[in-house]
Amino acid sequence: MTTTNKPKTLVVIQLTGGNDFMNTIVPYTNEHYYDSRKKVVLRQDEVLPINNDLAINYNAAPFKRIYDEGRMAIVQGIGYPDSNRSHFRGMDIWHTAEPDRVGSEGWLGQAVRQLDTGGENVLTGVNVGAGLPRAMAVAGVPVTSVGDLEGYGVMSKVEHQQVKEKALEAFKAIYGQAIGSGPVAEYIGQTGLNVLDGADRLAEVASGYSSTIEYADNEISKNLRDVARIHLAGLGTRIFYTTHGGYDTHATELQGHPKLMKNLSAAISDFLDDLDQHDAGDDVVILVFTEFGRRMRDNGSGTDHGSGGGAFLFGNKIRGGLYSEYPSLKPVDWEHGEDLKHTIDFRGIYGTVLEQWLGVEAQPIVKGAFEQISPFAN
Amino acid sequence: MKSERALVAHLMRRAAFGATPTELDYLTEHKTYEDIVEDLINPEKFEELDRSYLDRYYGGEQVSAQVAKWLFRMINTPRPLEEKMSLFLHHIFPVAWGKSEHTHSIVVEIEMFRKIGLSSFKNILFELSKDPAMIFWLDNNENHKDEINENYGRELLELFSMGVGNYTENDIKNASRAFTGWTFRQPLSLYPFGHYPAVFEYLPEDHDNNEKEFLGHKGNFNGEDIINIIVRQPATAKFVSRHLYNFFVEDETQVPSWATEAPKNEDAINELAGVFMESSGDMKSVLRVLFNSDFFKESMKLPKVKSPTELVAGVLKQTGEFNKPKPGIHVFANTTLNGSATDGTMSIMGQMLMNPPTVEGWHTGHEWINSGTLSERISFVEDQFSDESKPGIREIISRIGSLENDPAAIIDQCLDLMGGINVSESTYEALVAYTQELQGFTGKEISEGTGIHNVLQMVASTVDYQFA
Repeated sequence: MTTTNKPKTLVVIQLTGGNDFMNTIVPYTNEHYYDSRKKVVLRQDEVLPINNDLAINYNAAPFKRIYDEGRMAIVQGIGYPDSNRSHFRGMDIWHTAEPDRVGSEGWLGQAVRQLDTGGENVLTGVNVGAGLPRAMAVAGVPVTSVGDLEGYGVMSKVEHQQVKEKALEAFKAIYGQAIGSGPVAEYIGQTGLNVLDGADRLAEVASGYSSTIEYADNEISKNLRDVARIHLAGLGTRIFYTTHGGYDTHATELQGHPKLMKNLSAAISDFLDDLDQHDAGDDVVILVFTEFGRRMRDNGSGTDHGSGGGAFLFGNKIRGGLYSEYPSLKPVDWEHGEDLKHTIDFRGIYGTVLEQWLGVEAQPIVKGAFEQISPFAN
Repeated sequence: MKSERALVAHLMRRAAFGATPTELDYLTEHKTYEDIVEDLINPEKFEELDRSYLDRYYGGEQVSAQVAKWLFRMINTPRPLEEKMSLFLHHIFPVAWGKSEHTHSIVVEIEMFRKIGLSSFKNILFELSKDPAMIFWLDNNENHKDEINENYGRELLELFSMGVGNYTENDIKNASRAFTGWTFRQPLSLYPFGHYPAVFEYLPEDHDNNEKEFLGHKGNFNGEDIINIIVRQPATAKFVSRHLYNFFVEDETQVPSWATEAPKNEDAINELAGVFMESSGDMKSVLRVLFNSDFFKESMKLPKVKSPTELVAGVLKQTGEFNKPKPGIHVFANTTLNGSATDGTMSIMGQMLMNPPTVEGWHTGHEWINSGTLSERISFVEDQFSDESKPGIREIISRIGSLENDPAAIIDQCLDLMGGINVSESTYEALVAYTQELQGFTGKEISEGTGIHNVLQMVASTVDYQFA
């Protein structure tokens, strides 16, 4: 399904583990930062200033370029009320947009339901990576999860092509005939057919793509390259999801975080360049989020779970700059001991991308009216 | 033959983690169905696995190593219902290391489940209420005589025993008061000794000694008195029976809807609840009736979707790759939230053991299945059944013989040898047709890599195989 009027597409990147926002967008002239961070700290010669107060971690140099080009919005102090510092509850809340109760429907799955009311295109929502994140999961809303584009689908490990074809036929027969054998078997049958349908349509993606961009050889670059390839194939995908893991830097932040910053910023930069090269840069916006920020003080080798963090938006249609406010670093303003207090509710940012970018009604998804920002250029 | 093979296979899938062909041969030849039920519900008749041996292979604090050890037990234990009941209690009393003092506390809790799963429900609730992991998870260490924290008291009634609609807010408050002073302490300081399991501690000075009113009873109740009252309630008998039915017989709706939706089989629940009341909540008595009942024997055709744990343990048991302790089983249990670079199979399928998502536990039944988890299930069985040198697969192939045999006979044997699997007529026909196609590949290059393992992969990939 190639469309001519190029529908707007959202790419969500989850930084798993709780990214240290203070060491990503660094308050490099703030005394409280240097008072609190003794070891896990960026010196003033390790940052790339964007104004007199804030600077980008020099390991994320590509972000500085994108920021200077006006294509990066920094959402400062994003969070949710009453953070309990748990990864799991934190991710739950971000995935379902329900901080007050345990939600069962993913926020992006609900957006897919609005975008594709008949459930006709199993590729309207695509996760690139293993499993299906809760954010994408809503019962009865077909979405696709692609672990590896080259080997996507079932029976992908069967050695010979001719045998594989027969295996797929058998699989299709078995899953197709589950219809009529009870609601649960039917549901599983339909899910299997959706996997096949997605695989069929994705099969041609790899061969139709060419680019001069050379992505790095790591997970996030590989995943964003897959996103680019699927997007450029014009299969009607409106929401992509992918994950960059390793941000739970309790102990080895000095070794781990610089590499994460390098890999993430290079991957996003290559991805944006790739889209531009294919004249598709205006159709795509990226939202980067993490479940929480980290504690004000370091623990000598890393940082422990905190609350207020930061999110980022990237894209040609983004009006770059700083949004909301950087959380106050003054000890008197800390909460739960030494957490940064969030300054904007994440549901307002969800509302922003849902309504202003995807054209989806946000209220039923975030369940309320939350302060939005205006990060989109006309 | 003393017992019917298909029925024994069904029992072993539900009450255990499946059975190998050799085990099915032995059981059907030497034991009646009723004998096998007795063996299952009386695990003390069989020697347990050598703990020190297991600890040497699967030690350490990483939760993936601890889940690996649990998986190994499920696959190899001579007391499978003991493990299945630990899993059952883990489903209904879900405590996660995501909110725990350390992984040890969950490991100790599961060990406790292993010991008490087949005792009385009263004993189960008593041990649960003294469990440091549970106390920390539901904040009972924050439940003080002058500052009540109702978290444990509420879930004890709502999720762990009676279900919504059978008690008042006042009952919750009074139950919580009765559990004041029930806390835990660390036996040794964290530094420099490292993590040691915490121990239960009762602090009389922090216990509310005033009169309490609970479910129509009045007295200066302590936690144990509350449990005594709870386990005598018909609502508890029905709620626990419904949990057992949901776990062993047929998928029910998700637990939060039980207050408003009738059970799938009301008669069965009433029968089990009756035994529960008569036996004062003796789990062995209830399970004896359950496994010997007609509704259980006829439940082969009822939908009961395998949990990721049941699928993974069941497949690993069949392939025999881990029939002796060896490294590698932890890869199924890895999680990126525990510092691993990649998620393991069970995490991708939606069940991180020892780390359930919330106090409600996992949503089960068809909610285990979506396009991501289904792809992972199929990719997992493709991997596991690809290597013909694994002992379990070698055994199956040697019994079947050659791919050149009659295709229907091959499928009959595969279904039997993979644990007495039931498939629909249309699945059966598709499997026979696929086998015929495989027989058609006569060229040397293809036929060398093609064999019975392709059939095993397909059987394990069917819709039907997703059901226990």
